[in-house]
Amino acid sequence: MDTHFNKEEPSTEERQAVDSILGAPDSGSRGGLRSPDRDGHSAVRGHALGAQRHLLLPVLHAIQARMGWITPAALNYACQRLDIPPAEAYGVACFYGLFSVTPRPRRVLHVCDDIACLTRGAEELCGRVEQQLGPPGSPTLEGKATWYRSSCLGMCERAPAALMSIAGERPGEKVFAPASPDTLITALETFGGSGAGELPDHFNARVSVPQTDQGDPSGLMLLSRVGRIDPASIDDYRAHGGYEALRRALSLGGGWVVREVSVSRLVGRGGAAFPSGKKWDPANQPQYLVCNADESEPGTFKDRVVMEGDPFSLVEAMTIAGCAIGCKRGYLYLRGEYPLAGERLAHAIKTARDRGFLGSNILGRGVHFDIEIRRGAGAYICGEETALFNSIEGFRGEPRNKPPFPTQVGLFGKPTVVNNVETLINVLLIVQEGGERYAAIGTHGSAGPKLFCLSGHVARPGVYEVPFGSTLRELIELGGGVAGSGRLQAVLLGGAAGSFLSPDELDTPLTLEGTRTVGASLGSGVVMLFDDTVDLRKILLRIAAFFRDESCGQCVPCRIGTVRQEELLQRLHHGRPIGSVEGEMSLLKGVGQVMRDASICGLGQTASSAIESALLRWRLF
Amino acid sequence: MEDTDLIILWGSNARETHPIFFHHLLKGIRKGARVYVVDPRRTSSAQWADVWLGLDVGSDIALANAVGREIIAAGLENRRFIERATAGFETYRDAVQPYTLEHAEKVTGVPASVIWELAHAYARADRAQLCWTLGITEHHNAVDNVLGLINLALLTGHVGRYGSGLNPLRGQNNVQGGGDMGAIPDRLPGFQHVEDDELRAKFEQAWGVKIPPKRGWHLSGMFNAMEEGKLHGLYVIGENPLHSEADRRRCERLLQGLEFLVVQDTLLTPTAQLAHVVLPAAAGWCESEGTVTSSERRVQRVRKALDPPAGARDDMAILCDLARRLGHDWGQPSAEEVWNEVRGLSPMHAGMSYARLEALDGIQWPCYDESHPGELFLHGRLWQEPVVGPRAQFSAVEFEPPVDELDESYPLRLTTGRHLESFNTGVQTSRYRSPLRQPEMLGLSPEDGERYGLTEGERVRVSSRRGSVEAPVQFDASLRPGLAFLSVHFPDEVATNILTIDATDPKSGTAEFKATAIRVEKLSGHAL
Repeated sequence: MDTHFNKEEPSTEERQAVDSILGAPDSGSRGGLRSPDRDGHSAVRGHALGAQRHLLLPVLHAIQARMGWITPAALNYACQRLDIPPAEAYGVACFYGLFSVTPRPRRVLHVCDDIACLTRGAEELCGRVEQQLGPPGSPTLEGKATWYRSSCLGMCERAPAALMSIAGERPGEKVFAPASPDTLITALETFGGSGAGELPDHFNARVSVPQTDQGDPSGLMLLSRVGRIDPASIDDYRAHGGYEALRRALSLGGGWVVREVSVSRLVGRGGAAFPSGKKWDPANQPQYLVCNADESEPGTFKDRVVMEGDPFSLVEAMTIAGCAIGCKRGYLYLRGEYPLAGERLAHAIKTARDRGFLGSNILGRGVHFDIEIRRGAGAYICGEETALFNSIEGFRGEPRNKPPFPTQVGLFGKPTVVNNVETLINVLLIVQEGGERYAAIGTHGSAGPKLFCLSGHVARPGVYEVPFGSTLRELIELGGGVAGSGRLQAVLLGGAAGSFLSPDELDTPLTLEGTRTVGASLGSGVVMLFDDTVDLRKILLRIAAFFRDESCGQCVPCRIGTVRQEELLQRLHHGRPIGSVEGEMSLLKGVGQVMRDASICGLGQTASSAIESALLRWRLF
Repeated sequence: MEDTDLIILWGSNARETHPIFFHHLLKGIRKGARVYVVDPRRTSSAQWADVWLGLDVGSDIALANAVGREIIAAGLENRRFIERATAGFETYRDAVQPYTLEHAEKVTGVPASVIWELAHAYARADRAQLCWTLGITEHHNAVDNVLGLINLALLTGHVGRYGSGLNPLRGQNNVQGGGDMGAIPDRLPGFQHVEDDELRAKFEQAWGVKIPPKRGWHLSGMFNAMEEGKLHGLYVIGENPLHSEADRRRCERLLQGLEFLVVQDTLLTPTAQLAHVVLPAAAGWCESEGTVTSSERRVQRVRKALDPPAGARDDMAILCDLARRLGHDWGQPSAEEVWNEVRGLSPMHAGMSYARLEALDGIQWPCYDESHPGELFLHGRLWQEPVVGPRAQFSAVEFEPPVDELDESYPLRLTTGRHLESFNTGVQTSRYRSPLRQPEMLGLSPEDGERYGLTEGERVRVSSRRGSVEAPVQFDASLRPGLAFLSVHFPDEVATNILTIDATDPKSGTAEFKATAIRVEKLSGHAL
């Protein structure tokens, strides 16, 4: 390839980081040390190396974990190994929030200051941290550590949250939620990395799924095992009905499974509500199954809780789906900020493979399917399915134009079925109960049970499972009612890309059709409560900043629009409108309209949704 | 090229020497084509390849024969094609018998497993292109090298079909056109043999003159004739032999010994500076009308955009004036009139009126009449049932090492080539700045550099059995120990062709520019 590498030579540490993913180089032409005897008369590169491009993201993770940042020499070496132009790989590295392309201390603390945490003292927490450690991004603790403010870490039920990472020979991550300034600062000095035997987090089902602690949990269909089994034990999982669905699916056949999924009227739970049965059409000859576990919508944490509390259920569901649609390879794209889920899933996949539930010749039935975990690296946009494909393939996680849709041209250009975690675990229920009985759950327009993420000013935040049809009021009552001042000001439904509802809309049924009547959507199932002490203007500013930060910058309406939207809100917030406030409001609507009409993906199309819904209901400026 | 499955670049660094062609090749790669590059150096083309075969300079036939032998041994030859469209297979099969993979590894240096892979990949490809350039033809056995490659195409049937074929890449926009028009010692326009009485008679009738019935000399033959005192006058049009010929000292001596040297060129080249008469010519690509013919046999119109500077004239006008002075009045024909004469005499150009060339954006010969669209590829006849015309002939060829042997006094193998930003002896390129251009440097492997105690940029003396030059050293990772590289772009800085050998291929007349035995000495005088 016509690429120019710089002359930076990788250190042993840098080589080890890259080789930990790619193995030792087998020739000088592939990044190894030059040996004329071996390399003088032949070399293999080209498509053989190009086919490894998808390893770029894991390699970048390895470099970041080892060095604390993406060093030029390590990047150079990785590019030689993978035959990627360094400029292009740099473009990939700097795309992700968890990677740094400038020198950074090896200990890094990310403190969430996003909207759910804001209701639970995130500003005070950040203030105290700043007092002790200095401004965000500056080196502290004698240059060994630094800290940053972070957007939503997906730990909203235990807000305020923080995530710590340490790079080096024994890299590791640790979640703190709820976090206090003192524990954070002590840990920043003493955290020894996962090599020191520390778990990245502690899962407590009674906190994360309050229903498990409220009388009879037998009503739970999706979360029935959470809190009742040891997430690391496949035997425990099987003792509670695990892998019965796979056995049934294999004996009844893939055609039966796909049919039942169609009959069940299951629709995608990621926000777009597309009928899963249509995606699964075997006529498309899907080559890959991708599980979208890049749960990054602010306020969303249900998938994390499922993966931490019942990881085998996702592995089993993916196996059923993969076998049913006839593909041999599944990718599980996991949000980078979910270290415990990553650990639990890796363990579950390995155990399932060891026990014949995954890999070749599953349950001795001659079918093959295996799963590989790919970790995201801090990019909201990678939750968009085509951006996710690009990310797995080793490119910047920028969305592709649609059509073609993933069912035709997906991962590696091949037909692909992509579903999120919650959608997939519903399949277990469908296989066990049959499509018709599943379809009878919920309402006419919205079948099945649904997970909601309650956070903010609610008495018991957490993941709640209810059949479609419950009203917002019922859900809030299930969560123990409004906390904080006790006086509800607003509810954010669907996350940053969702809509605000006012207290007089609480009787809205939480169904696809019900939310539509109030101009909202369920989105990813976020239900975030704000009491009357919250300054909603600050919440809107945070949402606007979030979209500005997370816009991938590929298409103009979103790249420019998210900046203009934030600037405009800042002007209004500081009482310095250009012209009249009315004029600014109409400009804001215009910007939102352009983003909705002309952005190529959902990020830009929904970047103004929550803000506009709030300004429609309240006169904030 | 864009729709093929496998591309072999054999003795070609097309990335640098044929950058436009290479763009088409890249499209092929993008669509999934595998690329094999056969070249002693790990060139920038080789870095794009799936597999690079770094053979030793001049061992091409050993490699080609081993590939052929392996294809036959594995039963992968296209038996049906061989039987119906070729001749001489048995002789070829017997001739390649000694070229086992192990033997080829010894001769070429390329691991047997890699040769095996090339053989199997080429034979099993549905479509495959075999391309070559000067790495094949600038050898003392150039024609044998080419025949060795043709054998492989005949063996596998990778010829005469869409996406499959043999591609000698031409070095200029109109090298093909020059040959088509009869600028070859034994051919009249349209490749019509001068020694064929019937064909010659056709031209004699059209032109009203007698044409010498025997072939003339090619370039190397002319220099030999000068040396033997048989050639006294030379008319050079658009060529700079003083710098481009191997063994420059000899070339200079012979040109200076001519009784009469005329040079017609756009620039006052070093050769022109030796001439008795210089005829300043207009630049063909922008100051005159006519046609050029590209590597893919596409005849394209050239249109005049500028008037030539004062004193410079269109080549055609110069030739017509010269003819008149010599007693033949050809009048003052337009380019189109001359072209129509070509169409009248050369059947393969007959259908190419200016109007059609314009309308179709050029036409690929052969084009026999005005309803003929031209041919996308040649040799399709070999696939017709039954085969039209003569069978394609296998040619048994044997490996012969380069003439200039390595020994203790001359232990390094120098090979020559070109860089992306420069062209040949630099007549057309050296007066323009290029950000890519660097001064001429002797490329050595880092290992040799270290072994000889050299530092990069240090000037050294480079000597062959014919002469020596000085050049700064550059460590070049594309070279292995024992291999050195110089370009031919900067004859005023480093006269590379003082070193090269004029051992020429008797059939093509091309010298062995690619294989010179040299030694490198520190300027302080210590032999290394």
